[in-house]
Amino acid sequence: MKISRSARLGGMALVGALALAACGSDNNSGSSTGSAGGSSSSSGAALSGSLNGEGSTAQKNAIDEVVATFSQANPNAKVSYNATGSGAGIKSFTGGQVDWAGSDSALKTDPGDGGAVSEVDAAKKRCGGNDAWNLPLVAGPIAVAYNLQGVDTVVLTPSLVAKIFQGTITTWNDPAIKAVNSGVDLPDQKITVFYRSDESGTTENFEKYLAGAAPQDFTAKPSKKWAGTVGQGAAKSSGVAQGVKSTPGGIGYVEWSNAKDNNLGVAQIDNGGGAVELTAESAGKALEAAKPDGQGNDLRLKLDYATKQAGVYPIVLVTYEIVCSKGTDAAKLPLVKGFLTYLAQAKTQQDLAGIGYAQVPDSVLQKATTAINAIS
Amino acid sequence: MSSITGRSELDSQPSGDLAGSTRRLGDRVFAGLSVGSGVFVVVVIAAVAVFLIAQAWPSLRDDSVDFLTSRTWNPGGSPPAFGVADLLWVTVISSVVAMAIAVPISIGVALFLTQYAPPRLARPFAAAVDLLAAVPSIVYGLFGAYIVLDYLSSIQTGISTVLGWVPLFSGDNIIPNSIFAGSVILSVMILPIVTALSREVFAQTPAAHKEAALALGATRWEVIRTAVLPYGRPGVISASMLGLGRALGETIAVLLIINVVRGTFHWTIFTGGETFASRIARDAGEFDTPEKTGAYIAAGLVLFVLTFVVNAAARVVIERRKAFTE
Repeated sequence: MKISRSARLGGMALVGALALAACGSDNNSGSSTGSAGGSSSSSGAALSGSLNGEGSTAQKNAIDEVVATFSQANPNAKVSYNATGSGAGIKSFTGGQVDWAGSDSALKTDPGDGGAVSEVDAAKKRCGGNDAWNLPLVAGPIAVAYNLQGVDTVVLTPSLVAKIFQGTITTWNDPAIKAVNSGVDLPDQKITVFYRSDESGTTENFEKYLAGAAPQDFTAKPSKKWAGTVGQGAAKSSGVAQGVKSTPGGIGYVEWSNAKDNNLGVAQIDNGGGAVELTAESAGKALEAAKPDGQGNDLRLKLDYATKQAGVYPIVLVTYEIVCSKGTDAAKLPLVKGFLTYLAQAKTQQDLAGIGYAQVPDSVLQKATTAINAIS
Repeated sequence: MSSITGRSELDSQPSGDLAGSTRRLGDRVFAGLSVGSGVFVVVVIAAVAVFLIAQAWPSLRDDSVDFLTSRTWNPGGSPPAFGVADLLWVTVISSVVAMAIAVPISIGVALFLTQYAPPRLARPFAAAVDLLAAVPSIVYGLFGAYIVLDYLSSIQTGISTVLGWVPLFSGDNIIPNSIFAGSVILSVMILPIVTALSREVFAQTPAAHKEAALALGATRWEVIRTAVLPYGRPGVISASMLGLGRALGETIAVLLIINVVRGTFHWTIFTGGETFASRIARDAGEFDTPEKTGAYIAAGLVLFVLTFVVNAAARVVIERRKAFTE
């Protein structure tokens, strides 16, 4: 392929212009929350050193946001988080390559299909014989997002959600949907279901919710791969959100931030205790309603998906920070504790609520803080 | 570029003058370097093949369904069950449709650039086409997913209303994020490759051939038909195969554009699907056991073999046509 000299020059000029444009339009999302970070290093002395985490992609935005404000308060501390997926993160953690792991699910206690040791045992070995703790510090609500012109609120029960996503209910003005949406003018429109085509913790948690809250309507075993056969699979949450956005009558499950960014309608969920709108608080309450599933400072939670408690938004993806209770490299210990303490502050959680995460309630944060202080 | 222009006399005697020359240091070093490069390529290909087979074999052995004809994909289950029939179909049909769109246009562009356009226009125009080749595929993917799709869905509906009786164009399960939409973007991606190579070949048409045609009273179109096209045919085929190779392996644009559709199988290109590359890329973040990884590598192996076969076929075609030389 011959490219003439003048074209080359032209190309260079174009590339240069683009590069400059890229610099100019770079938006500094960190600066808006900068003031929050400045005042929050309560421990006084700024921390230093480097800390590496790896794991869940669902946490990526949250950790990025927190790292941005954290490093403003502690300019000498370098915290990096590599969002490679929960499984990969846990593997790197147990292999000793990273200091903490982010995961969509707590460390598994059973060895699984082919593995000889369970994740818990592998983590214990990594921590020099001490337990690893699961700290639920980042929680992301999953929104049931829809695209209906002129319809502001739609209430759905778990059974309806299960039936819609499995193709039993196919139009928006189905009598079953109308029954729980009195006074809403639902159009005679075909429902187009969108799901995640890639394997994802979002899918797994959404299916867990359906299996927990509507067991008679959803019988598949929750897994990372969507179980249904109707509708279209799109890549990642952004693909699902884009699909719903461009298809009138579309519905899909996405992380809340994706629904917000695309201005999609978000269904209110009625588990039996009244319709609940998705907000950072209502989603956070799901963590409060959850039962502790671990011992002592291991704060693994068992979400009560069928909860009828008023004001609790039940479809929540809880993600954990997994750290060694003891056995962390002494040089890194202050930074591990400092960073997690920062993450477990109510102020930080409020910031996270602003970018589409649930606000982890104070009761859970207090337990987490106790656990973090006990890390040695 | 023997693969493009057919074969020249020089190609058939590559080592003639090296054999008899005095062995100076420079000669030996350069000969060593070039032999090394040649061997290196072969070794790399062989290493890739060995790696794929070694990693895929244990999973293939445990596969509980027929790997080539099954449509299920559950490599993490016990027992694992995975087959590539769907992937093979979508990969091949999306690339073939892309070729059907891109190759005629590419030939048109190449003929325009070499036979019709004044040189002053041809050069910047050619550079613009080349520039298309340099755009990363993610950009094409975004362009396709966020802009082109809106316009394509009415075209799809149109085609399926008129030609719906052909299974390939049937309107069953029609969706905007279809295989066809992916093919359109793929065709834009392979356009510059096919155009650039075809242009080079057409430009090399011997003046004697063209002048002979003109002397016999041929019009411009007749010159192209009788002199330029026959001369360039092996080159165009070769270029098309290179383009096909890119289309078969294209990942990210396909991933972004084509949605997955499960359930009953439809022959239509207006429904969704997954190619080898897009499924591997889609799930790469969740390879948690070696068995599961092996299943995806096995799929990769099929793609490897597929591209190999395509290239081999192209080579056979070109060999047959090598009579068309000066």
